Amino acid sequence: MSGLSISRRGLLTGLSVLGASAAIGACGAKTGSDRTSTAGAKADTSGDTVRVGLLNSLSGTMAISEVTVHNALLLAVKEINADGGVLGKKLDPVSQDGASDWPTFAEKAEALITGDKVAATFGCWTSASRKAVKPVFERHRSLLFYPVQYEGLEQSPYIFYTGATTNQQIVPALDYLRKKGLTRLYLVGSDYVFPRTANKIIRAYAKGNGMRVLGEDYAPLGSTEFSTIVNKVKESGADAVFNTLNGDSNVAFFKEYKSSGLSAKALPVLSVSIAEEEVKSIGAPYLEGQLTAWNYYQTTPGAANTAFVEAYQAAYGKDKPTSDPMEAAYLSVHLWKAMVEKAGSFDVAKVKAAADGITFDAPEGTTTVDGATQHVHKTARIGRIGADGLITEVWSSGGPIKPDPYLKGYDWASGLS
Amino acid sequence: MTTTAPPGPASATTRPRASTPRRLRAPAAFLLGAVLLLGAAPLALPDSRLNLLAKYLCYAIVAVGVSLAWGRGGLLVLGQGVFFGLGGYAMAMHLKLADAATAGERLPDFMLLYGSSDTLPWWWQPFADPAFALAMTVLLPMTVAGLLGFLVFRRRVKGAYFAILSQALAAALSIWLVGQQATTGGTNGLTGIQGFFGYDLADPVNQRMVYFVIAVALLLLMAAARQLFVSRYGELLVAVRDSEERVRFLGYDPANVKLVAYVVAAGMAGLAGALFVPAVGIISPALIGIVPSIGFVIGAAVGGRASLVGAVLGAVAVAWAQSTLSDAFPAAWTYLQGLLFVLVVGFLPGGLASLGALRRTRRRAPASVRAAAPTTSAVATASTKETA
Repeated sequence: MSGLSISRRGLLTGLSVLGASAAIGACGAKTGSDRTSTAGAKADTSGDTVRVGLLNSLSGTMAISEVTVHNALLLAVKEINADGGVLGKKLDPVSQDGASDWPTFAEKAEALITGDKVAATFGCWTSASRKAVKPVFERHRSLLFYPVQYEGLEQSPYIFYTGATTNQQIVPALDYLRKKGLTRLYLVGSDYVFPRTANKIIRAYAKGNGMRVLGEDYAPLGSTEFSTIVNKVKESGADAVFNTLNGDSNVAFFKEYKSSGLSAKALPVLSVSIAEEEVKSIGAPYLEGQLTAWNYYQTTPGAANTAFVEAYQAAYGKDKPTSDPMEAAYLSVHLWKAMVEKAGSFDVAKVKAAADGITFDAPEGTTTVDGATQHVHKTARIGRIGADGLITEVWSSGGPIKPDPYLKGYDWASGLS
Repeated sequence: MTTTAPPGPASATTRPRASTPRRLRAPAAFLLGAVLLLGAAPLALPDSRLNLLAKYLCYAIVAVGVSLAWGRGGLLVLGQGVFFGLGGYAMAMHLKLADAATAGERLPDFMLLYGSSDTLPWWWQPFADPAFALAMTVLLPMTVAGLLGFLVFRRRVKGAYFAILSQALAAALSIWLVGQQATTGGTNGLTGIQGFFGYDLADPVNQRMVYFVIAVALLLLMAAARQLFVSRYGELLVAVRDSEERVRFLGYDPANVKLVAYVVAAGMAGLAGALFVPAVGIISPALIGIVPSIGFVIGAAVGGRASLVGAVLGAVAVAWAQSTLSDAFPAAWTYLQGLLFVLVVGFLPGGLASLGALRRTRRRAPASVRAAAPTTSAVATASTKETA
């Protein structure tokens, strides 16, 4: 026994000395030093094909939404390849599953950049997943195209945001409600970053524009218990509900809303996270007449959209709807192609330099990249949900709105960030 | 010194072979592990793979604690995410503050975005001190575990009730963190960590250093856990697991015995969380809730929770399989993981580590001998009791 413990102790000491020396001997750059020296892997664009990364949750709670975005990305890649590829090279899409888990997103982003050496990556849905991968893309100086409307207040040099920022969705929605005389709002949202930040902006807007916020409630993501919140909404005396609930919670909320006797006529709900796909899963009868705010609907007129809807339904099924995030994903691949072709190179710095003013005739209309913010000019559209589950436009901003992720152009938003 | 040393973790599930001198087996295995982790892995693996391995080794550190508390103590610790999270947040808070100081900001980046106040919350302030933060990564989880364990074990809460309580705590902590967006980063968690005590994490050399720190920590904790397993306390812990009443009649207080295992396991989970932060660069409520807490236990169960090596290898293997298989079969992985857990708990309570032992005893002799092999059957009965 004693011999055993002595040998073990000797071993331990040896090991810790070894470990300590390995640790001390292997120290690299200090913080605050020039980070360019540590730039990571380079994209491999030497072959006949160029890899692009598709980073979406194909499993887990977010899969239901993110798979549609994944499909739209694949459709865009297929179209580009059929059209001759980018700079004469075919695109080879590499899919990685983020599994609805934020650290996994970071891990998979790392794998795409350093392992697959992709020229660009498309994907992410939740803000949390974007925040998780942001340092990875910045560290490796690789590009991410993010296709979902979000809460703004971000501008990474290595992310292009092709969904709406707040001044292209939430602010126009509030303008619309104010013009309609619906000035007393009740805020309902899922408990995560987007609703909390959105509601902060809504409060600031209300304060500066003579509107009132009568209540603000959050339900945990995935929660299906809404009787308390709906009762509070009912008794608040509000004119409209601003809904930032996400995913399944909407089903429970709208069922409770209808069964408690509330209707779109008496107390309209304006939602910013319900698109055609979600309408289908919640059930159109529960949503008929309610309002949504997006930049694109399946019913948006134009030849580009007709072609997009037809191509999507031919690839994935006649009954499959198209939605705003899908459209933003689809257009992101096309925008990247246009940037690369203008730059004449896949090199990230050159692509970024070429980005400003790039346009694409997207399903939502012609979209232009704003090089300074790396966001896209987008038309805001308020829609009303119909009995058939499709959303029809009832108001639009008339033309693309210049992106303003930090809301610098709005006096009421001065205290926000 | 009359007879042999008390049975170690390897001999708890496998019968010793006469050919290898028993007393040398554990140190030899330990040396082999050290050579593999500190020598072979860094030489053979590219940076990105080594970084993944670092993450898996963090899970393995949690598994060491699970092996102690559950494998040896019979405490079904389904809330290790709480301790992992406390350790992780304590470390991440310090690193965020250090990053902010490097960047010349008064507050971490997310507070500037989401916060409403210009001052650091009071409970963030002490974490600017590296020594305090480091101590907290271990002390905070141990204190919480100590308080909870003291209340729970005194009142003789056990089995399913203890597991449910652990889960409730995990759920509560993750919901609270999500709700405090201005001070905890909400669902995003604390992300974008750039430096680790002055070293830039973007530099692959520093990533390797983090790996070495984690590997050494794992080896040291395994050695410490083995010492605990073979000590008098370890024997007592197994006795409490197998028959708490008898131990009480012998004059020991089982509550204290269990408390120690629970607190030590919590400290290990806290340290694992703290090391996870520089390795992965993020800590979020998604790593703390019910599902990840179950995940921490699955690896150990699959590998063999009563065997230290089994639990560690199981944790690494399950995490590795999750990363690799979830790409090829995104939807199928979750089912596969569940199926694996059910199969192991139902048919192989000792985990994969007990496979070899089962075969050997079967081959050697019929039931009479198997019944006489005390440790193997003890593991089996203990787990059937829990799962029933």
